[in-house]
Amino acid sequence: MNQKRSIFLLSTLAFGIAFLYIPMVLLIFYSFNKSKIVPIWGGFSTKWYVELFKSPEVWDALTLSLKIATVNACFATILGTLAGLALVRFGRFRGRTLFSGMISAPLVMPEVITGLSLLLLFIWLQSAIGWPSERGFSTITIAHITFSMAYVAVIIQSRLAGMAQDLEEAAQDLGAKPLRVLTDITLPLLAPGMLAGWLLSFTLSLDDLIIASFVTGPGATTLPILIYSRIRLGLRPDINALATIIILVVAIGVLVAGYIMLRQQKQRALDMQMTAEETP
Amino acid sequence: MAEALDYTDRPWLDPEAEPFIKVQSVSKHFGDFTAVDSVDLDIYKGELFCLLGGSGCGKSTLLRMLAGFETPSSGTILIDGQNMNDVPPYERPVNMMFQSYALFPHMTVWNNVAYGLRRDKVPKSEIQQRVDEMISMVELDQFAKRKPHQLSGGQKQRVALARALVKQPKVLLLDEPLGALDKRLREQTQYELMNIQEQLGVTFIVVTHDQEEAMTLSTRIAVMDTGRFQQIGTPTEIYEFPNSRVVANFIGNANMFEGRIIENGPDHVIVESNDPKCEFFVDHGMSIQEGTKVWVALRPEKVRISKESPANSSANTIRGMVHDIGYLGGTSTYRVQVDGDHMIEITSPNMMRPRDASPPIDWDEEVYLSWDASSSVVLTK
Amino acid sequence: MSTPAEEVVAIGEATLKDRILNRLTRLLQDQWKLLVLGIPYAWLLLFFLAPFFFVLKISLAETTIASPPYTPLVEWVDEGIMHVRVVIDNYAYLWEDDLYVNTYLNSLVISVTSTILCLLLGYPIAYAIVRSSHTVKHILLLLIILPFWTSFLLRVYAWMGLLADQGTINDLLIALGIIDEPIRMLYTTFAVYVGIVYTYVPFMILPLYANMEKLDWELLEAAADLGAKPMTTFFTITLPATSPGILAGSLLVFIPATGEYVIPDLLGGGNVLMIGRVLYNEFNANIDWPVASAVAIALLLLLVLPMMLYQHIQAKETENP
Repeated sequence: MNQKRSIFLLSTLAFGIAFLYIPMVLLIFYSFNKSKIVPIWGGFSTKWYVELFKSPEVWDALTLSLKIATVNACFATILGTLAGLALVRFGRFRGRTLFSGMISAPLVMPEVITGLSLLLLFIWLQSAIGWPSERGFSTITIAHITFSMAYVAVIIQSRLAGMAQDLEEAAQDLGAKPLRVLTDITLPLLAPGMLAGWLLSFTLSLDDLIIASFVTGPGATTLPILIYSRIRLGLRPDINALATIIILVVAIGVLVAGYIMLRQQKQRALDMQMTAEETP
Repeated sequence: MAEALDYTDRPWLDPEAEPFIKVQSVSKHFGDFTAVDSVDLDIYKGELFCLLGGSGCGKSTLLRMLAGFETPSSGTILIDGQNMNDVPPYERPVNMMFQSYALFPHMTVWNNVAYGLRRDKVPKSEIQQRVDEMISMVELDQFAKRKPHQLSGGQKQRVALARALVKQPKVLLLDEPLGALDKRLREQTQYELMNIQEQLGVTFIVVTHDQEEAMTLSTRIAVMDTGRFQQIGTPTEIYEFPNSRVVANFIGNANMFEGRIIENGPDHVIVESNDPKCEFFVDHGMSIQEGTKVWVALRPEKVRISKESPANSSANTIRGMVHDIGYLGGTSTYRVQVDGDHMIEITSPNMMRPRDASPPIDWDEEVYLSWDASSSVVLTK
Repeated sequence: MSTPAEEVVAIGEATLKDRILNRLTRLLQDQWKLLVLGIPYAWLLLFFLAPFFFVLKISLAETTIASPPYTPLVEWVDEGIMHVRVVIDNYAYLWEDDLYVNTYLNSLVISVTSTILCLLLGYPIAYAIVRSSHTVKHILLLLIILPFWTSFLLRVYAWMGLLADQGTINDLLIALGIIDEPIRMLYTTFAVYVGIVYTYVPFMILPLYANMEKLDWELLEAAADLGAKPMTTFFTITLPATSPGILAGSLLVFIPATGEYVIPDLLGGGNVLMIGRVLYNEFNANIDWPVASAVAIALLLLLVLPMMLYQHIQAKETENP
């Protein structure tokens, strides 16, 4: 009976993992296809990679996307950390409900709505104050910061909530003024959360198609916009090559991060065990 | 010259001594909830004072008000003559040892201890010296470079103590200082704490829910319940002369009898209880009217149990039947059923080995319980 | 002890000075807090809340062939006379046109069905992860999270290759002799379901996992000990105990799926109408801003309750973790 249950669980798990990974594996497989028609195997070739890197459009889009993602991640981390701090540590203040609503709403707001509404704002601002004179890098970055900071704020909030307030009180008790407590205790302890928030913001920005395509202007094509314009018309082997590169970069990054985390945990467990053995 | 009284160990009895900490009708409300209800308290220099009470009695809130983490809703707190109401925690001459120890996880033991001195802009060489000294005092020299997660519970506790003491505070506040330690370590650490306190002469205020801990550690104890002090006194006063049923029940065990004063003499009172039917002869006079409803508290270890009827008077004696015996090694606890379903608890030391003793008292045996006139306490509330 | 009068005055001054200093530092402390709160607050007011008023405003305007392509709501007809023109035609149009009503309903059907499918697939997976050993658990979680970090667009694209008439699945089935003619899968509702479940199932698994991780598994043993059969235990203990996770996961799938644009566009072709897609097309292809804005408001109305519910859960979660 128990066995039947675990067989069911394991097969669902296996199916789920296969469901998640087979498409990606095939994507990578066909990137080495010589034939121009993606699903028909025409022999091994890396020519699509060469073609991809020869295209200046791809390079331009990649550069723009990376620039936006970097600036976005930095700003979103700062703003999101401030927001998280205010929500967890400031107690009740006027306008708190509105604030926490505005922080969590972007997480679930459909992208078409966020994109449309921000575009309408930018158009109005342009006619009212002349800025932004053209849409592109700055407008996309602002749009990305707005939803990325919400993700950062949530991460920071949960970190802060899990972090005992005693530590901050202890620092105050030992003579640290509130700002000093923030720099000596709170921020160092939040650093891992902020790093996670930065990485998440970076990825979210690199991944966004819809909001960017609303608020962008004629000259600015981000990588997702470029990919989308190409695949709308059907399968293209050069996109498979691009996908392969992206998947590998991300996979290596996540695996390295996961490995480091696991090792740190093991080290911690080892330390604890050692102290337990040392003490009589 | 008149005989001089020595107040060094009991400053609270000295009418001329100026209290070091004065809590004056302090209240703290959280919304509708009153955590601390208009309390007054004087604590003298060099005391080891315990705030004792169950969870939610307001003891921690009072401690946090002394540290400055909570502001009193009304009333004032004076430390060394200075009003503390507007002084933020980082400017108060007190330090706190947290229940969780609150050691900064990203700093080494040494840096944890040095943190407070750095905030006070103490010169580097002096920091070095004072931190080293303090770390050796708590015997953690070889652990100075470790991070808190590499320490055992007892070591963490000592780091927390060193960190709070290195600033040479006028008052050290300790929130359940031994709460996170296991029983054996706790007993050992209790005495260490007392030694350190005596050595440095710092005033300690300890919050605890553990009555044994409070009894061992303190010069005086304040028993707190629902935001008020029930009684303030030395451990002996509180145990031997509780002023209310709450205190008598909270500190140690007590058999409680409800009764009425039937005779009020100059040097004694007699209380009659109906359930169980019994008369108590108490050898201290009271300014109380005859007929007043009172309670008599009788500690289990002050009751004698025997199979023969005691020779003297009928007061302070009751007959019953052994219902339960708990053998605890050093002592045994008997629960004796008297006059219907009333249970009386008796603790009696096992002074002789069973085979040497006269036939031991057994279950369902008829026994006589008796006590001295000085053993029971009459309570009016 | 007698204190000279000057000393009393000196002490009085010192405490006064201290008091003023204290007040000042307190003030600074408050200002500092204002800064921490003010910056993100101002940002969100400007770039998150304010834009909605423009959507609302334009949804009440009329379409014109101009730039911008809508009529102003407020016109200054004469000096000092304000003329407000509010047009609810756009909403009436949405209500009367079967296309929009069907799109609305179709979106709901697709997102509700997808949510249920995600739950059916995600629940056993989350359960299996929670019950595996420490290291395996970490690896599995990593495997679930990893796709989330890779490009969403490219993962949808991968299914185009799988589902196409000449795609991998059809090739495989024909090669195995199960079918002779390719089955049409790409550009159907089926493909949209596959795409949504594929994209959003991690959003179901993760909150469920977080919920199950906190579960006291002794409850199940207690139930078994008291004579409950596995099925009974599941329905009376496990399911109620994991309902917060189910709710959070379902909302995280339902809300974005309802407004989804890329999946119906790439996998559904012209056949599958969903609100997000109609909005995008009204705006970018038809350049009908007022109708697009009205669609956005209608979509928002549909999602406002689930979104508030999600926020409520989120707030509760961060307050007592």
